[in-house]
Amino acid sequence: MTVGTRKPLLLMSLIFILGSTLLFAGAGDGMWLTRVPEKQRSRENPFAGQPNAIAAGAKLFRQNCSTCHGGEALGMENRPNLHSERIHAATDGELEWLLKNGSMKNGMPSWSRLPEQQRWQIVAFLKSLQ
Amino acid sequence: MPLNGLKAIAVLLLLASPLLPRRACAQENYFVTYTHHMEEPGNLEFATKSVSGFPRAGNAFWGNAIEMEYGVKTWWTSELYLDSQTTANESSVFTGFRLENRFRPLLQEHWINPVLYAEFEDINSADKALLEVVGHDGVADFLVRNDRSEKKREVELKLILSSNFKGWNVAENMIAEKNIAGEPWEFGYAVAVSRPLSLAASPNACRLCWENFTAGAELYGGLGDRYSFGLHDTSHYLAPTLAFHLPSGPTFSVSPAAGLNSNSHGFLLRFGVAYEINQVVSRLRGK
Repeated sequence: MTVGTRKPLLLMSLIFILGSTLLFAGAGDGMWLTRVPEKQRSRENPFAGQPNAIAAGAKLFRQNCSTCHGGEALGMENRPNLHSERIHAATDGELEWLLKNGSMKNGMPSWSRLPEQQRWQIVAFLKSLQ
Repeated sequence: MPLNGLKAIAVLLLLASPLLPRRACAQENYFVTYTHHMEEPGNLEFATKSVSGFPRAGNAFWGNAIEMEYGVKTWWTSELYLDSQTTANESSVFTGFRLENRFRPLLQEHWINPVLYAEFEDINSADKALLEVVGHDGVADFLVRNDRSEKKREVELKLILSSNFKGWNVAENMIAEKNIAGEPWEFGYAVAVSRPLSLAASPNACRLCWENFTAGAELYGGLGDRYSFGLHDTSHYLAPTLAFHLPSGPTFSVSPAAGLNSNSHGFLLRFGVAYEINQVVSRLRGK
């Protein structure tokens, strides 16, 4: 490859990297709520209020979520506090949808690798937070 | 970076690792097949994937790949592999490196989730890591004595399709690989399915709970090359897989593979250990 053809390639790579960074940095907080399908919002948590499910959810939270949201779910750096009004107001279905899909533009990964039952257990735990 | 520098970093991280909180790694249930699960952003995973083979007409070998996987973004994962191998009655050799990137173009879960994979390999003909099977790869390649004279600088592209349904993961990979020295494109495939042994978590802290085990199976093999596409003169394997995710610790996985035709190794035994360090950049900054 000659120097002449290498330069445009480098420039295009730079534009792609900068462009994608800016694109994904601009997403706002709580925008994920607007993307939840109506059918999903009304889904009920099969484990809602069950002490065993809340304990299992707390364990899963410690294993998977606490490095970003903190051991007490109070948030860390720019990661949100899960004792917030938004979490209290969200339906179980909305929270399960968020865990499954993530909010990738905001840096929240998808937890679809966890089985649905485990995601519902985490939702039961989140809803138990005061 | 010189090899000594890499070794020094690896030794430092290994010495520091007992001081760092650990988390179960739930994403590596397979040895060859990739899923759409990406590394969490900021996390660094160290893994070793080894394979032992016992060809009847050659010497037994142990191929190994040390893997460092970093989550750059939720939709972008980057990896570096360092390959080496030991062959009985011959030698132990470093066989090269691989750099790979995976990109997830769709940012929500769908029935089928695509991931684009691009890899550059700089390995030599003694490589026995068997991280994929393409073209006319077969047991005959493993019968020649260790020879590092042939350089293989290759580009590998994969289309990864993966789905999660009722606790099951189903993944399909279509592989295209080309030696940039001018050899034709070679093709391969890998399909896999797996499921945790329990879908709901137990309320108690436990190590040997069913939820920490994932069982599955992989099928992978070559599909010839651009000029002779198909199953003729290719090798194929069927391999059950079992992974044990130690809570707040490493993940161990094992997979005995059976060759499905005369071009394949009769038996391969794969073993892997993966260990994840969370938010490695924040830790280095002291936050």
